[in-house]
Amino acid sequence: MIRVTLPAHLRVLSGAGTEVRLEIEGVPTLHAVLDALEERYPMLSGTIRDHVTKQRRPFLRFFACSEDISHEPTERPLPDDVASGKEPLIIIGAIAGG
Amino acid sequence: MSDVRVLVGTRKGAFILTSDGKRQKWEVSGPHFGGWEIYHMKGSPANPDRIYASQSSSWSGQVVQRSSDGGKTWEAVDNKFLYDGVPGTHQWYDGTPHPWEFKRVWHLEPSLTDAETVYAGVEDAAIFRSTDGGASWKELAGLRGHGSGPKWQPGAGGMCLHTILQDHSNPQRMYIAISAAGAFRTDDGGGSWKPVNRGLHSLYIPDANAEVGHCVHRIAMHPARPNTLFMQKHWDVMRTDDCGENWREVSGDLPTDFGFVIDVHAHEPETIFVVPIKSDSEHYPPDGKLRVYRSRTGGNEWEPMTKGLPQSDCYVNVLRDAMAVDSLDSCGVYFGTTGGQVYCSPDAGDTWSPIVRDLPAVLSVEVQTLS
Repeated sequence: MIRVTLPAHLRVLSGAGTEVRLEIEGVPTLHAVLDALEERYPMLSGTIRDHVTKQRRPFLRFFACSEDISHEPTERPLPDDVASGKEPLIIIGAIAGG
Repeated sequence: MSDVRVLVGTRKGAFILTSDGKRQKWEVSGPHFGGWEIYHMKGSPANPDRIYASQSSSWSGQVVQRSSDGGKTWEAVDNKFLYDGVPGTHQWYDGTPHPWEFKRVWHLEPSLTDAETVYAGVEDAAIFRSTDGGASWKELAGLRGHGSGPKWQPGAGGMCLHTILQDHSNPQRMYIAISAAGAFRTDDGGGSWKPVNRGLHSLYIPDANAEVGHCVHRIAMHPARPNTLFMQKHWDVMRTDDCGENWREVSGDLPTDFGFVIDVHAHEPETIFVVPIKSDSEHYPPDGKLRVYRSRTGGNEWEPMTKGLPQSDCYVNVLRDAMAVDSLDSCGVYFGTTGGQVYCSPDAGDTWSPIVRDLPAVLSVEVQTLS
């Protein structure tokens, strides 16, 4: 079981709670988690990554075990603590404003 | 007596303002989609409870929402706007070729006759259509396929398709406008398009009389007079009486002919409204006075409408989609400002009062007249 934390605006858009819990078959990767997330919440398609290229939207970042994994290959297995559900995969929006 | 529902899109959410036909007391609902930019909301003429909204943000891109109960509840629908085929290139600001990239939906125009059909004008400029209530979108690729696309270029706000007008007497005919390409018309339901810019004269482009390249800010049409269109161009207020084949300037005695909005009285096809803005670098009213100018002669002769509007120290802008009219017997006129005010005139511009004063910057205003 993978735990995913969404930024506030996407939590509201999806109606998901503070944390989404997903079951992933096989080795959990960022790509697989996002696929499962978009399958559960279709309204999130296109809001985290591009519909076609699957590239991360530039103002969003992915964190696992306090590490920024935004620039790592999305097919790389997630850290064991994220894969086991001990730590969440955090999707976070860039801070903007004054 | 009829009610009115005003749909307001702002930089940080949507607001719905409702009143009875007197238009004196208002209820304010919102923010809906708080924190998101709502470029446009519009209700279906075929079913007023069906409303479409364009929701976007720099963080999370484009979302399209629809309501089937007049804006009480919403559901996100498809947000996949994929250009047909190989997108090709348009001109970038420096004149170099730049690939077409979808950025956002600027304008949603529901069909006149079918609540499930809606058109979307997007940046980078293209028109899409959904026939299933927004559940899927398909580009009307004949517009970009016209052949002039490589000459289109973005205005300061981006290369947006911001205006979609449907001919009430001919379902095959529509008009669109793009900043900065110009106006286009289809006579075959969106299959093919032709530029209709003859008579436009724009000194800020290399060929002032070019077929395409004009920065059209807004076009308006009276439903009963579909061959006549009014245009607020970057500079110049224009009109055509032959479906866009020939335009002529009707700026007349306006204090400045720069501006964004233009609209037509619901019952008087020769009565039009604009909000003059000082210049393209000074996006505020001349002399700090917010004035709606009304022409009862289809242009050229204009009178300032000031009663109830701030006449000193006012430096707001009124953006291109932020004016609308209702169809009550005494035509109501509405507009929103970048300062967050939404003004209503229940008497066709004679007097004004603010419905709300302190919303986020207003991007769009639409009105539904509900019986």
